[in-house]
Amino acid sequence: MADPALVHLTVNGQPLQVPAGTLLIEACKQHGIEVPSFCYYPNLSLQAACRMCLVEIEKMPKLQTACTVVVSEGMVVNSDSETVHRARKSAIEFILTNHPLDCPVCDAGGECELQDMTFKYGAEQGRFVEPKRHREEQQWSPVVYFDRPRCILCYRCVRACGEGMDVWALGVANRGINATIIPSHQDHLECEECGNCIDICPVGALTSGAYRYQTRPWEMQHVGAICTFCGDGCKTTLGVRNGEILRGDNRDKSGINGDFLCIKGRYGLDFTRHPERLKQPLARRDGELQPVSWGYALETAAKRWREIQKAQGAIGVIGSTRILNEEAYTLQKFARQVLGTPHLDHHRTADFPALFDALAGRGAESLARLDDLKTAPAVLLVGGDPTPQHPLTAWNLRWGYRQHKTRLYVLNSGDIKLRRQAYRYAQVASLAAAVRYLNGEGEAQSAPLTGVAEPSEKRWPQTPAAEVARLDEGLQDFRARLRQEQDVIIVFSGDIAGDSVRDLVAFGNSLSGQTRYLALADNANARGAADMGLYPDLLPGYVPVAAGQAGLNLEQMLAALPRQGLASLYVVGANPFRSHPVAAGDLKQTFLVVQDLFLTETARQADLVFPALCAYEKAGTVTNTGGQVQPQRRGGGCEGAKSDLEILHRLAAAMGEAAWGAADPDRTLQEIRAQVKGYDLPLAKLLAGEAPLALPLNGRVPRAAADLPLRPHHDTLFTAGTLGRYSATLNSVMEGRADKR
Amino acid sequence: MTTPHPLETRVVSRRFDQPDAHTLAGYLASDGFRALEKALAMAPDKVIEEVKASGLRGRGGAGFPTGLKWSFVPKQSPREKYVLCNADESEPGTCKDRLILEYDPFAIIEGMLICGHAIGAHRGYIYIRGEYRYLLDRMEQALAEARAAGYVGKNIRGSGFDFELHAHTGAGAYECGEESALMESLEGKRGIPRLKPPFPAVSGFMGGPTVINNVETLASIPPILLNGGAWFAAFGPPKNGGTRLFCLSGHVERQGVWELPLGFPLRKLIEDLGGGMRNGAKLKAVVPGGSSTPLLPGNVAWDLNLDFDSVAKVGSFLGSGGVVVVDENTCMVRFALRIMQFYRHESCGWCVPCREGTQWLQTSLTRFHNGGGRAADVDLMKEVSENILGRTFCALGDAAAMPTLSILQHWRQEFLDHLAGKPCPFGARTTAGAVGAH
Amino acid sequence: MSPFSPQLEARFRELMQRYPARRSALVPMLLYAQDELGWLTPAAVQRIAELLAETELAVREVIGYYSMLRTEPTGKYHVQVCTNISCLLRGGDELYAHCERRLGVGHKQTAADGVFSLEEVECIGACSWAPAVQVNYDFHQELTVEQLDKILDAYAARARGERTDS
Ligand SMILES: Cc1cc2nc3c(=O)[nH]c(=O)nc-3n(C[C@H](O)[C@H](O)[C@H](O)COP(=O)(O)O)c2cc1C
Ligand code: SF4
Ligand code: FES
Repeated sequence: MADPALVHLTVNGQPLQVPAGTLLIEACKQHGIEVPSFCYYPNLSLQAACRMCLVEIEKMPKLQTACTVVVSEGMVVNSDSETVHRARKSAIEFILTNHPLDCPVCDAGGECELQDMTFKYGAEQGRFVEPKRHREEQQWSPVVYFDRPRCILCYRCVRACGEGMDVWALGVANRGINATIIPSHQDHLECEECGNCIDICPVGALTSGAYRYQTRPWEMQHVGAICTFCGDGCKTTLGVRNGEILRGDNRDKSGINGDFLCIKGRYGLDFTRHPERLKQPLARRDGELQPVSWGYALETAAKRWREIQKAQGAIGVIGSTRILNEEAYTLQKFARQVLGTPHLDHHRTADFPALFDALAGRGAESLARLDDLKTAPAVLLVGGDPTPQHPLTAWNLRWGYRQHKTRLYVLNSGDIKLRRQAYRYAQVASLAAAVRYLNGEGEAQSAPLTGVAEPSEKRWPQTPAAEVARLDEGLQDFRARLRQEQDVIIVFSGDIAGDSVRDLVAFGNSLSGQTRYLALADNANARGAADMGLYPDLLPGYVPVAAGQAGLNLEQMLAALPRQGLASLYVVGANPFRSHPVAAGDLKQTFLVVQDLFLTETARQADLVFPALCAYEKAGTVTNTGGQVQPQRRGGGCEGAKSDLEILHRLAAAMGEAAWGAADPDRTLQEIRAQVKGYDLPLAKLLAGEAPLALPLNGRVPRAAADLPLRPHHDTLFTAGTLGRYSATLNSVMEGRADKR
Repeated sequence: MTTPHPLETRVVSRRFDQPDAHTLAGYLASDGFRALEKALAMAPDKVIEEVKASGLRGRGGAGFPTGLKWSFVPKQSPREKYVLCNADESEPGTCKDRLILEYDPFAIIEGMLICGHAIGAHRGYIYIRGEYRYLLDRMEQALAEARAAGYVGKNIRGSGFDFELHAHTGAGAYECGEESALMESLEGKRGIPRLKPPFPAVSGFMGGPTVINNVETLASIPPILLNGGAWFAAFGPPKNGGTRLFCLSGHVERQGVWELPLGFPLRKLIEDLGGGMRNGAKLKAVVPGGSSTPLLPGNVAWDLNLDFDSVAKVGSFLGSGGVVVVDENTCMVRFALRIMQFYRHESCGWCVPCREGTQWLQTSLTRFHNGGGRAADVDLMKEVSENILGRTFCALGDAAAMPTLSILQHWRQEFLDHLAGKPCPFGARTTAGAVGAH
Repeated sequence: MSPFSPQLEARFRELMQRYPARRSALVPMLLYAQDELGWLTPAAVQRIAELLAETELAVREVIGYYSMLRTEPTGKYHVQVCTNISCLLRGGDELYAHCERRLGVGHKQTAADGVFSLEEVECIGACSWAPAVQVNYDFHQELTVEQLDKILDAYAARARGERTDS
């Protein structure tokens, strides 16, 4: 596409050039001229309510709001005149009339836009002598508090919740001086509890129940970490004081998630402080798990494993979808080299091998990043429910719909919330059959529609009604329209696997333009676990093991237990017994070693338990479901627990692998960059958090010896496996209660 | 029903003394729908030309030339076009639309149909303030009759022209008289004004090109079409075409609403129609065009002719035709307070200077009037008003600031007198703080 | 279950047809609902939201904006005294003060017997017939205190009459 036409204007005597259609406030910002604002927020609807951005424009009789004026050729602007300064000062003075000056005890103190603006442009002496109107603070949910007098009515929260989240749980009631923000249900909120309203609030009107009154912003270190819940890989900035993580937030918006965080990324991290965190190794003595020293525990494991090796007993290893890349890589190395076993797997929620197999021979251009969804002309979403399961993916899909009129085609066996943004929605009995039909095989009837959804009432008027057609034309129409699209991004969940993924890619390849793919896997480093080779038949980078050398997969390992088929099972950061309960008797002959944060269903049956650190407590890298690699930084700590990397290195040492040396994530990363296809990423970019794309495209990937069904977690917004169960905040919100599994 | 005064020129009010004009039969008996017939036979452009020629300027307050406004509507539009009648009449001092709605509802319907033909719209709504329930009923009755007789609906009287028209009630909000807030309200939302541009002629109700006119403006259309634009224009001085309804209230012997040619002397309105100042008191101030317009001191007002340009020349506006006469015994601090109480109550709350500024001024004026004034307050109130003026999202902010500034300017001495402890003619009672306390 | 009479439900259905989008009917629906129920009860809010396929929040946002819409009951006769400028200049304040004394209630309060409630209101479009009072939807204009008393007497009598009827 050609460059959009440039427009020339003059601001404060300085000539500027910006693309046509740019808002004056953005034009100024691009050229380093600050025009202050409260209500303006990029990519949300325009309000022109706070009147902070008033500037003089030649030939206009009155001051104009820079947040709403679109630049025009030859425009002459003054944002620095006496008149403009007076207007700004008075806007602040007006805002402060009813604002309680309780900054010393306000959570936002030190990170408050009103404070900063008052300092810069303001109203140093208060001329307002009338009584202020006090109102009691309101608790709207366990995580959202509202302090009405502090609110400056910039309506950012209302828009973030409505336009951004498509939740519409905040509104404005009353009129004039009595106008106020209100929650969805009279005195409380029922919503997704994402807390984006709190981040976007420029003052301390909305504060978080999980953080408020605990500390001051300047008493914390702010550590940019990657969220350890879903596979989307949002950045969350940890507020850490004395090694304790007090909050997660997204005020600096520097991550791939832009403005967005969901409830888990923001509040779920309090599991780190849960009193039941494991802080000491445990060993089973007299039938009971009892605290032991690290030395004892490591020695015991090493001793037993050496015995088992000698006796040629089978050892199974189940890895984690939450540990860091360096740890997953080291775990497979430990399994294969130190334990010498091929029986290695992890809980799979997306069929990456099938995708890469189907894409064989194609390059980066066929992989979509999460970000690409924001600008895609068309997206096909197959299976899954991104709103709860992949909140950032859903956010990006909504963004595309809102800002770029993305046409979203949804193929699902249920009724998911993204139908509100769907251009075409087909609810089908069998996703596999529907995908086969898309690919031109089989009949539409073999994938009968079980329901068709009308898009629900759209809440923003800019939705062009003409584009929202009726959705009852069936799969034929669905396919016909898709075939007319160009540059489609195909997103699919673990609801399809194996040949269905191959059919889908075949269909995508038949579309015109550049089709790109994105597979949605469930946990923070599910993609990393796959890329790092936690498979019985695939080495790191999806390199097949030698023919006939494949080990047992996860299902086979678990199935072997009752038959006493495993002499030992080593479970790292996973809880397979929750979904596959195992009777105590089944484990009689199995030496079970578990490495985790909590005494999970699996850990409770173990002979030996190693207390591990969580992702927020260690450094390394993680790969999100789209393959973007990001640095994980160490926020808090947990006295007594160790990182999985360190435990693996110590175990290796105890097993006699002198060459491994001490754990060092940097060194492991170097090794990964050298050894794993697609991970030779530029280190500088990686460390700067630019989230470069890993490209493990590797030629054909053979089908797994035994095709393993995927088991998507189907998490809700308020559940997240073990970690979620130990988050007091996730458990406290009422919306989550019905979902607790 | 009102009997005509000899000094009146009854054009819009020509049926005000006809007892059955609000029925279709009565309306038809007095030229009803003849203008529509004529208009439908004309090309739409020609209709707009005629309205332009009449010099008719909007009677809702802003005084924008009506023909010009109609001509801004694009000929072709992918979205449906609309005609809206602004019958929100909420500007203090104004009560004229009420009479048209009551005595001549069909004239509004006819005016809207003509407008629809002129701009190519086929749907309209009459937005009537909620307090005027009996007028809503009357309008619905008129619409039902018109519909039954084929004057509203499909293929009007066999002309091939379709126009669907409904009355719609507000529910108590002055701001919903502001045209874009009215459209929001008509879409079932809070009456928050919209960003402009785009202006309603391009994107109005439901995003379609929309003409919105005041009741009186629309009721002026049929006589203009019947008798020609030039005929109407001739009633007033150049560029101030026609007649309009003036609502006289306050300290006069006889309050009332009269239709006068533009340029009519204010003195004659007070003396000849209003019967002079009440109890022979001296004139202190005049609100020339509803509470939003700057007040004029008595001596300035006394020599003023009531047309757009003359009033503008002395620093105020003809506004909505609400002339409020204030005598020498009135406390202007109290008067300013009552005006501010109104704007504080009616501010929609969207933008900062209006929301916070009206509250600030109301509380300051209350304290001041109650004897708690400080010397610094007088200039501070002026500055606060100036900080509202020209900086708000919509014109309500200006409407609050302008009368206040004029009072602070012309009657500053009364503020100083309050400071000095002079007794207030209105006594200490103030209702400030009662209204608007949600 | 609808809190509204079948007639009102039918009227709502007709109203929603009048506009390009049914949400346009919201403000009239609220006012008519209030006319029937006396105030906007939670059930009324819920039903109207349901009819329009809007959230209750969206409905509540609108209610709070309009000063005629109420989420609490008023008296059988809601006495609304205009004290805006035209009325102020002709004794609107005195009428209001008199109502306070006579009814024993203040702004937006309802007398214990539930017959009268009082509100000081903004301009009701009766400026040239000032001072004016609206009782429910009925205008009473160019009033003196004595005339107002008679009017209130009549309403009070009507209230008593109706009560003995039932
Ligand atoms: C705060 C405010 C209140 C208004 N109220 C009314 C009103 O009650 N009736 C009216 O006709 N115009 C009112 N207007 C003017 C309208 O915005 C608009 O100019 C008018 O309806 C256009 O019609 P006209 O050109 O026929 O005058 C108001 C404007 C503002 C800013
Ligand atoms: S000036 Fe601002 S607050 Fe006042 S009514 Fe207009 S938009 Fe609302
Ligand atoms: S940023 Fe422009 S008015 Fe608020």
